[in-house]
Amino acid sequence: MSSHYEAPIREPLVLGEKSYHDISVDIAAPVLGKANKSWWIVFTIALIAFLWGLGCIIYTVSTGIGVWGLNKTIGWAWDITNFVWWVGIGHAGTLISAVLLLFRQKWRMAVNRSAEAMTIFAVVQAGLFPIIHMGRPWLAYWVLPLPNQFGSLWVNFNSPLLWDVFAISTYLSISLVFWWTGLLPDFAMIRDRTKSPFQKKIYGILSFGWSGRVKDWQRFEEVSLVLAGLATPLVLSVHTIVSFDFATSVVPGWHSTIYPPYFVAGAIFSGFAMVQTLLIIMRKVSHLEDYITVLHIEYMNKVIILTGGIVAVAYLIEYFIGWYSGVPYENYTYLSFGAATGPYWWAFWALIICNMVVPLSLWVKSLRRNIRWTFFVALIINIGMWFERFDIIVVDLSKDRLTSSWAMFQPTFVDIGTFMGTIGFFFVLFLLYARTFPVIAQAEVKTILKTSGAGFKRLRAEHGDN
Amino acid sequence: MYTLPSKLRLFSIILVVLGLIGIVYGFLTVPKNTDEVRQILSEQEAHHGVASHNADDTANFVDRARGEKGYSEAAMEHATDLRPEGHGVSSHEEHVLHQMQTRPWSATLVAAFFFMMIALGALVFYAIQFASQSGWSPVLYRVMEGITAYLLPGSIIVVLILVFAGTHFFPWQNDELVAGDKILQGKAGYLNFPFFVIRAVIYLLGWNLYRHFSRKYSLEQAVATDYTPYRKNFKISVFFLIFFILTEATMAMDWFMSMTPHWYSTMFPWYVFASLFVSGITAIALVTIHLKACGFIPFVSDKHLHDLAKYIFAFSIFWTYLWFSQFMLIWYANIPEEVTYFVIRIQEYRLLFFGMLVLNFVFPILMLMNSDFKRIPWLVVITGIIVLIGHYIDVYLLVMPSTVGHHYHFGIPEIGAVFFFLGLFILVVGASLGKTSLKPENDPFIRESENYHF
Repeated sequence: MSSHYEAPIREPLVLGEKSYHDISVDIAAPVLGKANKSWWIVFTIALIAFLWGLGCIIYTVSTGIGVWGLNKTIGWAWDITNFVWWVGIGHAGTLISAVLLLFRQKWRMAVNRSAEAMTIFAVVQAGLFPIIHMGRPWLAYWVLPLPNQFGSLWVNFNSPLLWDVFAISTYLSISLVFWWTGLLPDFAMIRDRTKSPFQKKIYGILSFGWSGRVKDWQRFEEVSLVLAGLATPLVLSVHTIVSFDFATSVVPGWHSTIYPPYFVAGAIFSGFAMVQTLLIIMRKVSHLEDYITVLHIEYMNKVIILTGGIVAVAYLIEYFIGWYSGVPYENYTYLSFGAATGPYWWAFWALIICNMVVPLSLWVKSLRRNIRWTFFVALIINIGMWFERFDIIVVDLSKDRLTSSWAMFQPTFVDIGTFMGTIGFFFVLFLLYARTFPVIAQAEVKTILKTSGAGFKRLRAEHGDN
Repeated sequence: MYTLPSKLRLFSIILVVLGLIGIVYGFLTVPKNTDEVRQILSEQEAHHGVASHNADDTANFVDRARGEKGYSEAAMEHATDLRPEGHGVSSHEEHVLHQMQTRPWSATLVAAFFFMMIALGALVFYAIQFASQSGWSPVLYRVMEGITAYLLPGSIIVVLILVFAGTHFFPWQNDELVAGDKILQGKAGYLNFPFFVIRAVIYLLGWNLYRHFSRKYSLEQAVATDYTPYRKNFKISVFFLIFFILTEATMAMDWFMSMTPHWYSTMFPWYVFASLFVSGITAIALVTIHLKACGFIPFVSDKHLHDLAKYIFAFSIFWTYLWFSQFMLIWYANIPEEVTYFVIRIQEYRLLFFGMLVLNFVFPILMLMNSDFKRIPWLVVITGIIVLIGHYIDVYLLVMPSTVGHHYHFGIPEIGAVFFFLGLFILVVGASLGKTSLKPENDPFIRESENYHF
């Protein structure tokens, strides 16, 4: 697939004088070693948050949705905000593994495994909300078109909420399969390296008896490409369908045709910010600085600049068309003069500052390659993208067509606790993953070592094969 | 060094001459007053029986879908026949006269914009190759530069048409109409003639300056000893892309959306972009195949063609995604202000409207799915031509329903305009390709690109 020649102008993707063996050792180390104290501390905190969130969910379901801060005007608030936020975060994983594979970006190989893990864990969090925000979640199975004893009572396929069911469940299954397929050679590597019989057994099962024959590799690559080809339209369509939840309605501010591509761009934007947040810590903690280099961080920052730019253009268009349409109701939408000065002014400006202003700093090369600054900007973007969804949902609902139904939204501790719980759950899963899974696709990194490894690039420069 | 084959040159000159005759014929044969319109209408009725948009025609697709008789007629009147409130009702014939007089303008604009957008699409693709430090495409830089040479004459012609067509295209340029229309008054801060022209000039300058400098640096790189020109090109490409995404949005709104000034859609600019981009890539593929067949670019392999075909495939799907999203959201919510745009297109342009989906989506997806097919030049040529025809129809549907309404045809003015601009395009691109060596020497990625295999 990739040529053996690489332009000398390209910076190396694997630092240090690595050999194939070094790669295996470095990547297997966190799995084969023992967790340290700080891992246990962070894990405990995440677990407590998760359990607290679980308590909030149980309380909600057993008492009623009324324990949330929703009212008759604003029927969706934190629940769907968090849902869209988590789904959006999940999109970067598939972008990295599928879209960047189609574009043959070699730098993807050091980050795809963790990005995909993040996708799956984020989609799991997202998947909670459509269930728990129901008034009668025990009847949730009615959304499935199953033959039944009510004269085969069927679902209505016209609702984007039903499309969500299919989109999210398909997305989760395809991502899982894609991720697991890529894991097979890496699990096999752990299986072959471990000394513990228990681990050998477990990784033997997980790796499905992968033996790395030529024919297997050939099919493996073909499957990866086909899955990438399928996952790319999927990733676009999933967040498109999520955007349809709003855009198909007639609510001013929600009904906007730009939503599908704009939501997708926003998803990639927020997803990459989350990848940065996680990987900047992980490369340090798991000693993977030679694989997840400053160059990788810079490339991801460039993707953030690109998608952030697309989102910014979408904001401008929304704001402009809101004025251009001449529709008076458009003055109370989340991107309008009314929103900038109204009771939710702080949410409006949080959105503008976090998503449009702060990411602009990444245009400066030294900041884009500055790890601390990147971490800070990534956190800001995560907050900003939460506000984007909050603004779209709550600000637009709060001032609808009839002034008599205008209202404000105040979250309760259950709203907040549930959100905190999903963050805890996410980190529980991610921390467990970081200890038990090969967090970098070593099989893939080995394919680029000889073209993009620092040592081999130096050898080529010395021997004049540039 | 490439020279346009003499037969192709002769062919394009003939196209230009024939096309010019067709365009002039179109302008000379428009009806001059309502009497002539009445005559034409009665002749048409004699020919076709009852005209399709007649009020007593109840078998109406949109009305049936909506379950509301007379809905589409009312919607279309609303969309295409803006008239000042309180100025009485202008006669049906006057309205038709205006539409018929607009036809040669529209016919010329459709073809002029279509070829301009090919050059612009290729320019954007070119800028993206630099900005992304692409390793496969440097062998195609000269091909892309050849195509973008058409941007300068093409964009000037388009802007001239837009400026001189005036109220033929843009009802908001009719002062009398604006005086009686509150909505248009509200938009006058943006939709006014001086600002419109200023914006158009900014677009022209920005796009053409980038094209000028990128070409200049690209040629400098071929004789340079270091990568300074390349780095400059990288930088200006990034800034061009920012400039482009902003100006493309306002361009689409200025030039096409404001033809129906009451209608608006936030997706619209991106939709126009998708059309422009896929057409540009398709043209790159077609020119590459031509040059390869003539033996001028031996360093371009079928792997490069494969990649181009993949881009055609992918962006055809992307175009469809945006088309569907815009259409479905408007269809689903069914808000009266918005649906008029699609009502007239479905009601009066049904075959073209849905036919274009077959050409732009179904056809490329079936032809280019197979990876072996993407390396077969004649197959890519056929698909490419179909895609280009599809996107011509796309532009036609952006313009015609908004300007000439029911009175659209595909006759001498339209064919003449296509001939003229196709001929001009081939001549300009051919001349530009012949100006320098077709291999961009010294590009930092040229060796990667030559050794490229997939």
